[in-house]
Amino acid sequence: MTESHEQELVQRLRDGDEAAFAELIDTYGATMLRVAQMFVRDRATAEEVVQETWLAVLNGIDRFEGRSSLKTWLFRILTNRAKTRGQRDGRMVPFSSLAGAGEEGEPSVDPDRFLGPDSPHPGAWAAPPLAWPQERLLERETLGVIQMAIDELPEAQRDVIRLRDVEGWTPMEVADALEITDGNQRVLLHRARSKVRAALEVYLSSEGAPQAKPRSNPISGGAR
Amino acid sequence: MSLFTREMACQELVELVTAYFDGSLSRSDRRRFRTHISGCDGCTAYVEQMRLVIEASGRLTEEDIDPGARGELLEAFRDWKVEGSAG
Repeated sequence: MTESHEQELVQRLRDGDEAAFAELIDTYGATMLRVAQMFVRDRATAEEVVQETWLAVLNGIDRFEGRSSLKTWLFRILTNRAKTRGQRDGRMVPFSSLAGAGEEGEPSVDPDRFLGPDSPHPGAWAAPPLAWPQERLLERETLGVIQMAIDELPEAQRDVIRLRDVEGWTPMEVADALEITDGNQRVLLHRARSKVRAALEVYLSSEGAPQAKPRSNPISGGAR
Repeated sequence: MSLFTREMACQELVELVTAYFDGSLSRSDRRRFRTHISGCDGCTAYVEQMRLVIEASGRLTEEDIDPGARGELLEAFRDWKVEGSAG
């Protein structure tokens, strides 16, 4: 949303223009629900927080000075409310503590794909990635693979990649909303992107190849 | 070998792609990154794939807001408007 369009919406909201409000709901409503769910226990609570936020936005619109963008202001109200609500309801884990869990030393690419320390070029590709068929990337099925890979990520990584790459938020907007450091959101994002890339690589290299033979399971295969 | 001219290995580069995109690498790391890319097909392909992942993720469609919730909000808006003009 451009700055001038935002200003126009703010003015129309002040004038009580319902279409302006509807546009804001359609633009941010689904994301707001998603962000609220990062802080509270269940969907119903998240919906309440979103409702309250819209009312706070309406009641505060006359005082909105445009020092931040409308979007930043709106999500700040949302996350403040969601956090308060989450704490009150005893949601055990604040996002910031989730953020670092289990991330340490998790490699972006399987170490087996690089040459070992005894080779003349340690850390160089042993099995480099192959270029992807670009025309397949925008196929609905490929996007489905990406969606699934994102859905399967650990919570904190999933939240960050959704905001940064799916929603197109800036690093600062994400760090601000989730109350994590810039470095932290980047580590989470990098882990997330790396996993999505790996999932896509598997999908794009297996597709179109001759049907893989069903592999005998080495564990159940042992039973005679 | 000086720390500043040390070549970047592919395995190191793949950890820095997001920092590179975000412009948060130190100047010397950015230089090492670019130098490496210019001579490495594998890493060029890798960085391109990360770009494609970002681009494709941006095409995922967000779910729409639930029509019931939308209706409630519009109703709340009308109430707010009435209260505002009454007060």
